Amino acid sequence: MEDVGSLAARVAAVWLALVLALIVVPSALGVSLGISEAYMRLLVRTLEWATIRIEKGVKKAQPQMLKTPVANGIIERDETTMEKEIAGLHRVDFEFSDIFYFCRKGFEAIVEDEVTQRFSSEELVSWNLLTRTNVNFHYISLRLTIVWVIGVVVRYCFLLPLRFTLAAIGITSMIVGTTMVGQLPNSNVKSYLSELVHLTCSRILVRALSGTIHYHNKENKPQKGGICVANHTSPIDAIILTNDGCYAMVGQVHGGLMGVIQRATVKACPHVWFERSEVKDRHLVTKRLREHVADKSKLPILIFPEGTCINNTSVMMFKKGSFEIGGTIYPVAIKYDPQFGDAFWNSSKYNIVSYLLRIMTSWAIVCNVWYMPPMVRKEGEDAVQFANRVRSAIARQGGLTELPWDGGLKRAKVKDTFKEEQQKNYSKMLVRNGSIGNLSTGTESD
Amino acid sequence: MGSRASTLLRDEEIEEIKKETGFSHSQITRLYSRFTSLDKGENGTLSREDFQRIPELAINPLGDRIINAFFPEGEDQVNFRGFMRTLAHFRPIEDNEKSKDQNGPEPLNSRSNKLHFAFRLYDLDKDDKISRDELLQVLRMMVGVNISDEQLGSIADRTIQEADQDGDSAISFAEFVKLRC
Repeated sequence: MEDVGSLAARVAAVWLALVLALIVVPSALGVSLGISEAYMRLLVRTLEWATIRIEKGVKKAQPQMLKTPVANGIIERDETTMEKEIAGLHRVDFEFSDIFYFCRKGFEAIVEDEVTQRFSSEELVSWNLLTRTNVNFHYISLRLTIVWVIGVVVRYCFLLPLRFTLAAIGITSMIVGTTMVGQLPNSNVKSYLSELVHLTCSRILVRALSGTIHYHNKENKPQKGGICVANHTSPIDAIILTNDGCYAMVGQVHGGLMGVIQRATVKACPHVWFERSEVKDRHLVTKRLREHVADKSKLPILIFPEGTCINNTSVMMFKKGSFEIGGTIYPVAIKYDPQFGDAFWNSSKYNIVSYLLRIMTSWAIVCNVWYMPPMVRKEGEDAVQFANRVRSAIARQGGLTELPWDGGLKRAKVKDTFKEEQQKNYSKMLVRNGSIGNLSTGTESD
Repeated sequence: MGSRASTLLRDEEIEEIKKETGFSHSQITRLYSRFTSLDKGENGTLSREDFQRIPELAINPLGDRIINAFFPEGEDQVNFRGFMRTLAHFRPIEDNEKSKDQNGPEPLNSRSNKLHFAFRLYDLDKDDKISRDELLQVLRMMVGVNISDEQLGSIADRTIQEADQDGDSAISFAEFVKLRC
């Protein structure tokens, strides 16, 4: 028994030493030993091979499936506007067939709508050898299955413990490091050390996710006293960004481990954590952020204006609060590559622990980060227009679609004003077409 | 999770649905994924709230009527078969179907069945007639608050006048069919 115990202890010690030497120390110094690059190359080659096999297998099994599938969905939507469809035919006024337009739109929405699909993970074009993404892919060949089994073994038995160790190291050193730095009096040394601690721990955590991040246009990196806005896909967005620079985080105070991290880090660096009650008070929030931004020596704030996680295929409505603070906005676009691992956190389906587990058993997290030139509010532009302008820029840069819908629709009901707008449009057509001249009510005047 | 969707739908069920509705195998599996993603309660049926969670449907003026069409008389839940049966009304007619034999049962998406579906959207009390009140109800849903009662009433009267052939101030299904150009 003792032999087994001491053997296990020795194995653990060797393991820890290897991890520290090969991963932790280089990331602390900011150098790379090339191990992750080699892993990524192998992974890319394997997935390409798998894709080719699957395509060959599919062609063999179902040769008649040559009908090209619709690019982005199940159905091809007919985009005729209400005006063209109902009012296009020359006629007097109301027709029984007018309901067909609304019927059609309704059925299209039932089969596939633009909004609810953003709250679940993106479907892959080709299987990436993870069970969780296997939606419609059937058994193809023995070799593919063997590769899949090897993949499962590698991911769960080797990568998962490794990543877990790294994450543990990263979080512990973040808490310990920032607490220690927090004891120092405010000075340049303190800021320098705090930045160092944050950067190092971020790098360790990124390694813990096997993250490969490409940063573009680094000359546009957010400056002090500015506000950095980005699209939101998952809680690890923050880690992705802090891997390359230091930001002041904004967020609600949580309990548990997250709360411990928050309390520790705020001593070292002026993050802005709000109590749950304060969040309701928008003026208080705006005031605190405005004070932070006004102090030009403070780190740039990091805000995710969508307010909730979206699945990285589109950018939803930006809440205007962040754009009322003033100051310079530095937009950042983050686009994950879903082939290697799905970063989206579907908070209604998975809690944070199962989410992290899924992330740690994916192949890798690969993403592109684009820093974009700073934007300021123009004369005569209100917060909503400014928010939309920034959103379009981010969507264009990241190759995402833009949706005018509110991310809050994940949980809340849609406002009635949209329905009222449609009703108004239809009424306009009825009144315009109809010869109801002598019964004018003054509701519509074009 | 993704794989759950395809395993819970057995092949015999898919065949039955295929025969009844005319959807293809892959269409049925995809629509089943859609059904399960809408089914937040994960009990194999959809309720009216599940439909109303679709924002584009919730803002449709006729949204409630359309949702109602899915639920059989007096029931609050619709299963996948019922879901597909209603959707089948709007399945586009494939080329190879046009020449099918006339002796088999009429496909769900035939012109006549589509008209029946539309008729039922108006005819709430299912008495096979669209009364002035029922027409007014649908009109009111579509225009909201933007048109006055008198104006709406005159539109309804004029529409019924044009379509009514047997003088009972209501539209029967035969008169309804004749309206379409």
